[in-house]
Amino acid sequence: MADNLITERIKNEINLNEVMLFMKGTPVFPQCGFSAAVVQILNHMGVKYGSSDVLADPEIRQGIKDFSNWPTVPQLYVKGEFVGGADILREMFEDGELEGFFDKAGIVREINS
Amino acid sequence: MPMAAKEIEMLIKEAIPDSEIHIEDLRGDGDHYLAHVTSRAFKGKTRVQQHQMVYDALQGRMGEELHALALQTKVRDTD
Repeated sequence: MADNLITERIKNEINLNEVMLFMKGTPVFPQCGFSAAVVQILNHMGVKYGSSDVLADPEIRQGIKDFSNWPTVPQLYVKGEFVGGADILREMFEDGELEGFFDKAGIVREINS
Repeated sequence: MPMAAKEIEMLIKEAIPDSEIHIEDLRGDGDHYLAHVTSRAFKGKTRVQQHQMVYDALQGRMGEELHALALQTKVRDTD
């Protein structure tokens, strides 16, 4: 598939999902520790998110790295903006920045009781 | 073949000369590192940009030879 088609597919997924996670595996069955870490953080934040399993889609697996100039997966996008991978998400979470970040971006968080 | 910590440090130092680098081998298997990188060059850059600078220094090895390199970057403002 031509590069621009892959880029279009990526853009489409990012625009369709306010919070979009490109990961290895699925939220229910993450296939990599780093992907699992981001899923845990997002679930804890109580945000709804779309996900794409790059293991099931080799073109997206490479395409997403070119798209963001970021060499690894997982990759999180919020409102079309690349936020980071596991390191940055974990750092933002540990610094208590993530709640404010989602609120500022207008992302609804279901506070877990 | 995983990368040696020394090689990672050398590549980062080459690209970011003023950087202070401390690399931890998280699992002792030479394949899961945590690198602390402090540099004035990070000043004014977002976390993503800071990490991209380090990945660029590794010249494409990140995600290939180097499976897992966690990064913690910090701006150095003291001399």
